[in-house]
Amino acid sequence: MSGVGVQPPSAMLGRRLLQTGARYLVMILLAFLLFGFILMLSGKEPLPSIRDILVSTLGSGYGLSEVVVAMIPMLITALAVALPSRVGLINVGGEGQLYIGAAFATWGALTLQHWPAWALLPTMMLLGMLGGALWALVPGYLRAIGLVNETITSLLLNSVAPKIVGFLIFGFWHSAMDTVKTANFVPAARLPTLFGTRIHLGLVMGLVLLALFEFAMRHTVWGLEMRAIGGNPQAAQRNGIPLKAYLVTTMCLGGAVAGLAGMAQVSGFYGVLLLNFSTGLGFMGFLICWLAGGEPLGILLLSFVVAVITTGGNLLQLTRDLPYAVINILLAFTLFVVLARPAFFEGKKA
Amino acid sequence: MNLLSILGVLSSAVLSGASLLYTTLGEIIDERAGIVNLGLEGVLLVGASSGFAVTSLTGSPYLGVLVAVLAGGLMNMIVGYLVITRQANQLASGLAVMFFGFGLSALVGKPYVGARIRGLPRFLLPGLEGLPPLYSSLFKFDPLVYLVVPMAVLVWWALFRTRWGLALRATGENADAVFASGRNPRRIRYQALLAGGLLAGLGAAHLSIAYTMNWSEYMTAGRGFIAVALVIFSRWHPLRAIVGALLFSGAVAFQLLLQSSGVQVSPFLLDTIPYILTLLVLVAWGGNRRQSAPAALGRVYHGTE
Repeated sequence: MSGVGVQPPSAMLGRRLLQTGARYLVMILLAFLLFGFILMLSGKEPLPSIRDILVSTLGSGYGLSEVVVAMIPMLITALAVALPSRVGLINVGGEGQLYIGAAFATWGALTLQHWPAWALLPTMMLLGMLGGALWALVPGYLRAIGLVNETITSLLLNSVAPKIVGFLIFGFWHSAMDTVKTANFVPAARLPTLFGTRIHLGLVMGLVLLALFEFAMRHTVWGLEMRAIGGNPQAAQRNGIPLKAYLVTTMCLGGAVAGLAGMAQVSGFYGVLLLNFSTGLGFMGFLICWLAGGEPLGILLLSFVVAVITTGGNLLQLTRDLPYAVINILLAFTLFVVLARPAFFEGKKA
Repeated sequence: MNLLSILGVLSSAVLSGASLLYTTLGEIIDERAGIVNLGLEGVLLVGASSGFAVTSLTGSPYLGVLVAVLAGGLMNMIVGYLVITRQANQLASGLAVMFFGFGLSALVGKPYVGARIRGLPRFLLPGLEGLPPLYSSLFKFDPLVYLVVPMAVLVWWALFRTRWGLALRATGENADAVFASGRNPRRIRYQALLAGGLLAGLGAAHLSIAYTMNWSEYMTAGRGFIAVALVIFSRWHPLRAIVGALLFSGAVAFQLLLQSSGVQVSPFLLDTIPYILTLLVLVAWGGNRRQSAPAALGRVYHGTE
């Protein structure tokens, strides 16, 4: 069903890029169309609602900056899935790793708050990565020794992590006024913001990590060996590549990246650790990575698109009297259309 | 901690466990046919909201249950279209359906937040008519509670004692072999998803129409994922799922009992017990091939063209 034509090396590249762009555009239009239809069924005017979504996000510098803010954690959690996927590991545990990373970073922010920012922030980053890595160690190790599939374990641990965070907040860290969140972080524990907007240093962290990931995969021995494992683990092992070590390490690295996303959320975005602060950021990252086929550029593009949708939902709630969650319908339609890849889309299969 | 409070906790465990068991049975059927349905959370939400809305509109809880069941089946058909017909990745498709359920249920349920309904009627457990009213009120359950264990037996019978069940389980192990034996793995998987969706809809109906008797956004609060965990815990077996669901809801009820008797244990930590237990069970049985998951679980069936 996928048309495999004979392509001259690079002559058709421009045209193919154009075609891919056009296909994605048609798919997103289709998603908006379906969403408009649902809005119409529920008695809302579809066109003004959709206009609201687009104008509030892409129509102003402020709107655009808010989109980028929303995009940061998705970008990073998507990378947390992409990295282990290169050795064939399926990390559905980004959500839990993000929570534990956030908890570790918060511990740093609360106990070391007299430290100067230049020492505190890197420490918090390391703590966040450590937390996420530890949370990923369980599924990674169990998989590496061939005991339990990492998909199931990482998924199970997603449900545990927010409760541990709840235990820590409720039992030890909550502020004097409020039992569902910690006290506000001191300024030294906050990631600096950029351009006078709410965009924080997390964006730079995400972009640097994406670039590093791409570089490591293409130009280092590790990348080569990871691709070998992803292609055929048994063959890789017989060629002397330490399979188990790679499985555990990449899973932990993925967890560390997700933990960093948690650190970026509490330090850059919220400035406190909140009960249940993430509703599905890790899952969103998984979807984005999957739809992008694990490619850094695709991750960047798709997390932008998803961020436009989720940010646009805020205005929908304010002006159209719709619950915020309704924006998930538009998100889901976008995902459906890309997942189902209608006949006119002849790209490679996810 | 007197007898009355213990009985009260048990009673609430049975009530809350019923919806969990229906949902788990549904997911067992899905997974036995080789499909991991992570969209369960969304399926439950849409079933619960639409069932509640219809009950509130018509005043008939039975009509509400029917609509919830159908909604569950329809939601699973979306999963089916994506993963069977379009051969998309199961985990990603399930999560997409989950997000769809978040949104659709919020839209459907919004006018009914805070609405009051007359839920399913409750009947006293037969043979307990002589109890004083204070006690007998704890043994009044709705019909869906009484039907849940027979349903588990029915699912067990259908999966393990019928040709249909044999073909379904074979599809979950090796779809190509099923195709070679002259059956259509795609159709079997659709049937499994339909049956699983109807059951999940029943669980959702029990949640919103019989148990809580209200609707609020994201009221399932992770029940879908708990059901996925319980499927693993019960090792893909409908009868063991009864034990799993009772253990889980019992743990929740036990925690309420501890709180009411003044024992200081964090409810957050107690909430993690079922998941940790499931994880330990997985590790304990992990090495044993005979007890493990259906072999083709999560794999796309590409056909044999």
